[in-house]
Amino acid sequence: MSVLNTSRGNTSRGAARGASRGTARTSGPQRNFSAWANRHRKWLFAAPAMIFVGVLIIFPLAWTLYLSLTDSQGSVRAATEFIGLQNYATVLADVDRFWPAVGRTLTFTGLALVCEVVLGMGIALLLWRPFRGEKWVRVAILLPLVATPVAVGMMWRLIFDPNIGFANQLLGMIGIPAQPWLSGQDTALGTTIFMDIWQWTPMVVLILLAGLTSLSEEPDEAARMDGANAFQRFFFITLPLMMPTVIVAILLRGIDALKTFDILYATKGKGGGSFHEVETLNVYAYGLSFDYNQYGLSSAVLILFFMIIIGTMWLLTMRKKAVS
Amino acid sequence: MTVLNENLAPQTPAAGQTPARRRRKPLATRAYKVFRVAALIAVVLFLIAPLIWMLLASFKTNVDIYDTGKSLLFTPTGENYANVLQRNNYFVFIFNSFWVAFVSTALSLVLGVPAAYAMSRFTMHRSALVVLMARVIPGVSLLVPWYYVFSNLKMVGGFEVLILSHMFVALPLIVYIMMSYFDSLPLELEESAQVDGLTPIGAFRRITLPLSVAGMATAGILSFIFSWNNFMFALVLSGSKTKTLPVAIFDFVSYASIDWGGLMAAATVVTIPIMIIALFTQKYIVSGMTAGATKG
Repeated sequence: MSVLNTSRGNTSRGAARGASRGTARTSGPQRNFSAWANRHRKWLFAAPAMIFVGVLIIFPLAWTLYLSLTDSQGSVRAATEFIGLQNYATVLADVDRFWPAVGRTLTFTGLALVCEVVLGMGIALLLWRPFRGEKWVRVAILLPLVATPVAVGMMWRLIFDPNIGFANQLLGMIGIPAQPWLSGQDTALGTTIFMDIWQWTPMVVLILLAGLTSLSEEPDEAARMDGANAFQRFFFITLPLMMPTVIVAILLRGIDALKTFDILYATKGKGGGSFHEVETLNVYAYGLSFDYNQYGLSSAVLILFFMIIIGTMWLLTMRKKAVS
Repeated sequence: MTVLNENLAPQTPAAGQTPARRRRKPLATRAYKVFRVAALIAVVLFLIAPLIWMLLASFKTNVDIYDTGKSLLFTPTGENYANVLQRNNYFVFIFNSFWVAFVSTALSLVLGVPAAYAMSRFTMHRSALVVLMARVIPGVSLLVPWYYVFSNLKMVGGFEVLILSHMFVALPLIVYIMMSYFDSLPLELEESAQVDGLTPIGAFRRITLPLSVAGMATAGILSFIFSWNNFMFALVLSGSKTKTLPVAIFDFVSYASIDWGGLMAAATVVTIPIMIIALFTQKYIVSGMTAGATKG
């Protein structure tokens, strides 16, 4: 890698020198600036974006870390006291809200991911080879993906309404008793997972379809020559070759699923419903910060949440490296 | 691949031949074809039906919504839309959403495209990681410090703070998409332009930028969509005058009751513009969503 970089750097520097000779007619300082800008264009180009993101990330993260060690609450401006790791102790001992929220976050992400990847792979295989009406299927796949999540939440709220919802009408038609869906303590989380699957399976389909299309045909052809059937070829040829793409899809979708907020807030409101039945870590931390102004405590939750996300990502990237 | 390849047949010239001259297909192939059509119809229905239900409800009176006998047969009314657009002044919210999405996208392109170019050409993977970190961090952990700083600066409730926060979502997205786009552009084009006397920056401006219009369209459209749909940042940082559509929807939900007709009309008003944009720019969205996914 380093070899490649130096050689590239040399060419561009050489070219810059040649170019400044070409523009020799411009005045001195201007030419100097242009030559300087060209020489340092790597950082000139990259720095503004990095500074923007850095300032908006690094300062808040440092601040969150600091807040998590204080008893900050009430107003953001109020004087606070340094209390060490006490918030973390409180949070980690909290079996009423924190640990259930961790469980829900992992359940939500895990179940949604498994369903989305399995369904997404199935749909991608259906779409793999050209067929008539392909355009319409593509439109159908795109619509949930771009729909505003809050509006989607409202839409499902009407459909899953226990009394007037279409879901129970549909169940009634086939003779199954009405379900409480979002209003049931046991069913609410599952229902929101279903919504996530509706909205985001299309993204997994798009990613996997792109992966399938870029696969080389040869291994598959060879397996066919050897008399492998469709299932064998999928499980022993296509799937192993697709693993890196599958992991990219899991990584991209997983990060967002862990942080799901819009749909949960739109369907169940503050605190994830009156019994906190859909309260994930993100909803919990949001509530602690902006409904109860428990900034210290919520910062501790957020730091732990962040560690969970980084840990999950690290595991997946390791897995991806092992596969590819 | 017998099974799947047979499906290509109707599209090849051979399709014009009479069935008798075609090779007889094994039963499994025909079964798969039937299964495939049925499965695709099921997928389309599953994805489209809820949206149609929302659209239908937006044209119903609240009485009709509560009457399960009138699920599909009802007298449509524009009342809900009139209510949403006039009494709740949604035109202001539509403008707010549009303005914030437009400006944040434009500014993010200005910052993000050169950055992505440098990161791609000089393989600055560690620097790219800093920008991409923004996608991983939970938004709530940024909101408390932002809220503190911006409320001290008396900026909360203004457009600037919304635009800044939406840029924070847009910029990593744009850098990610443009990096994989620049990776696919051949370096030789710029090099030959430099041999012809352009400076490296001049080559970027006159050769690479015009060639990456498609990539910038992809990045811009996706960033517009994400900004339009963003909820959490606007929920905390917008004021009554800068409220965006996703936040304004909640006006229709109160503790006592929900105005379902109005709510569905409002949800439709939020969703339709972005869907229309998406339909016209399909291929850009697909290439953006899958950018970098297949490189492994």
